[in-house]
Amino acid sequence: MENKWFTISVYSENNVGLLNRISGIFLKRHINIESLNVSKSEIDDVSKFTIVAHTTEKWVHNIVGQIEKQIEVIKAYYHTDDETIYQESALFKIASGLLFDERQIQNIIKDNNAQIVTVSRDFFVIAKSGRRNEIDEMHDQLKPYGIMQFVRSGRISVTKDEMKISAILKEF
Amino acid sequence: METVKEKKKSTDSKKTIKISGAEAIIHCLLAEGVETMYGYPGGAIMPVYDELYKFQDKLTHILTRHEQGATHAAQGYARVSGKVGVAIATSGPGATNLVTGLADAQIDSTPMVCITGQVTRQLLGTDAFQETDIIGISTPVTKWNYQITEASEIPEVMAKAFYIAKSGRPGPVLVDITKNAQIDTFDFSYEKCTAVRSYKPVPKPKMSAIQAAADLINSAKKPFIVWGQGVILGQAEQELKALVEKAGIPAAWTIMGASALDTAHPLNVGMVGMHGNYGPNLMTNECDLLIAIGMRFDDRVTGRLEDYATQAKVIHFEIDPAEINKNVHADVAVLGNSKETLGLLLPLVNENKHEAWHNIFKEKYQIEFDTIIKNDIHPTKDGLTMGEVIEEINLASNNKAVIVSDVGQHQMIACRYAKFSQSKSNITSGGLGTMGFALPAAIGAKMGAMDREVVAIIGDGGYQMTIQELGVIFQHKVPVKIVVLNNEHLGMVRQWQELFFEKRYASTVMVNPDFVKIAEGYSIEAKRISERKDLKSTIQEMMASKEPYFLEVKVEQEDNVFPMIPSGASVSEVRLK
Repeated sequence: MENKWFTISVYSENNVGLLNRISGIFLKRHINIESLNVSKSEIDDVSKFTIVAHTTEKWVHNIVGQIEKQIEVIKAYYHTDDETIYQESALFKIASGLLFDERQIQNIIKDNNAQIVTVSRDFFVIAKSGRRNEIDEMHDQLKPYGIMQFVRSGRISVTKDEMKISAILKEF
Repeated sequence: METVKEKKKSTDSKKTIKISGAEAIIHCLLAEGVETMYGYPGGAIMPVYDELYKFQDKLTHILTRHEQGATHAAQGYARVSGKVGVAIATSGPGATNLVTGLADAQIDSTPMVCITGQVTRQLLGTDAFQETDIIGISTPVTKWNYQITEASEIPEVMAKAFYIAKSGRPGPVLVDITKNAQIDTFDFSYEKCTAVRSYKPVPKPKMSAIQAAADLINSAKKPFIVWGQGVILGQAEQELKALVEKAGIPAAWTIMGASALDTAHPLNVGMVGMHGNYGPNLMTNECDLLIAIGMRFDDRVTGRLEDYATQAKVIHFEIDPAEINKNVHADVAVLGNSKETLGLLLPLVNENKHEAWHNIFKEKYQIEFDTIIKNDIHPTKDGLTMGEVIEEINLASNNKAVIVSDVGQHQMIACRYAKFSQSKSNITSGGLGTMGFALPAAIGAKMGAMDREVVAIIGDGGYQMTIQELGVIFQHKVPVKIVVLNNEHLGMVRQWQELFFEKRYASTVMVNPDFVKIAEGYSIEAKRISERKDLKSTIQEMMASKEPYFLEVKVEQEDNVFPMIPSGASVSEVRLK
């Protein structure tokens, strides 16, 4: 079975220690977590983990089964990239002088549909949301000018199909 | 609990009594029906021990000689009684010493609640004396764990702990309680937990799956049942027997499932797995329908997965959805409690007899008997065999004893040859293979089933891993029978070295102390035998004794356990020698 990118969505209670439990399931199987995001979900008091892993379907099935077995997990799903709408966000911190000295930077921002979040005397910050490759491309374009700081978030995603958490919650 | 209730009644129903966290823990345990617990005191758990002192007429605490012993004793207690085993320890090393027992209970689905003391809330994260992150450490080996840092959390968390430990697929739960939470007082009231949002312990059976299973069973020509501990945990022994008899299906067991069906039942064809019986292993790859009930296709059962029952349709009766298609693809998965699902299946199954198919098992058994079993239980050579010792125990106990085995050659021999006439009689460390399990587990088993004979079968290696628990047997006069099958080796590793490492016996030769003298040091009646003429009478004497009894049997040093499926081989490649 070939390795593919999978997005695992976990709906859970918001309890201390659950992140450790979930990451431990990957650790036990020697599978790397490529990105991880924890946020609130569409349901009050229900948290959502979005985990990206590069593995086989057999293993992602196994992992999701083990995650779902955890007491505080309501439901876990896995999806391939074409079954989800997904994005990442990135921030670039760049020296302010460049914004005026290097006209090309403004074009890069415009062409990439990125936004300037703040401008101060010493630096300005660009925010860019999109697919991993789009962010990577923008990074490559800005790199020659000097990036003071760069950070990219974990993937967040929503699925094309419905995830019926409210209905599941009623069953418990 | 009565006192709490009485006090509650006498006041406004909303008003509860103000007690310390430590006292609350005792009331929670009593409310959950706990009568016996195993543990070891220390600084961070002392407030709870102080309450145990006050409540000693209601709650028995057994001081084991090591916290690992407390967990295995709790496991033994749980496995014979079906109740939740309870172990308690202090913070730091007390807590870390529980880890092996937690891992064992996790992989063998044993209901257990472990309570650990923890440094006071304000000291968490300061590397205080005997502080350790037992929540982090125990996470992968617990069904659930929780750290209590405020006294008021105690009732709800304890109720949840017991509910989670025993419901659905059982498992170990650890509750870590900071010292301040034990000391502080709060308004106590207790309510048992009956549900946890986000936790569905038993999936609802689907009639469509049960019908599909019945259709496969009714049309199968060569059906074969392999059952595991799920039958015992689900209390489905009667349903299993009814199914086997109605549909006439040969049935084999994993070591965790042993004793769920009488060994003498004509359709009980024996044990599957690495050292299981010849027929059941071979026929796994000949059947047209494999009916797995409450078992998880462990690698020691399946051998090489790619060649496991590939010719057969597979029905998997299972309570844990994560087990479905984990190792073996199920054509039909029947989720639910085995008692319920088998009960629903029974009326849909046609009466049948598969005599010709069943006869093949009998033929294979005869081959195994002639080449292996005969020599194991009726040897003609001088040296004693482990098999004949087990056979004498069968005879002396009328197949009624609880057999607690450790891990290694003697375990496989005990599982192969012990005869069982009632359920919950084979207590062993199956999944984790924990040497040192048997002696403390036997103590717990005896205390969980005082009306039954409990015989611990232990190798000379594993015995010395938890030998200090003889102190418990001595102090509390626990009338367990301890049989050490001494071959002066770590026998199973030595067997592998002989077969696969050209007899390079690296660190498997044991130079042993005088076990009889050690037992006598604990005032336990003790005997050593090395000749066949003394075997029967000594075992009869041991079984007749009402006291603890230690018996060392000097057995052949280099006997091997066969049949054997070599590691990584297919069940079809089971070796008779």
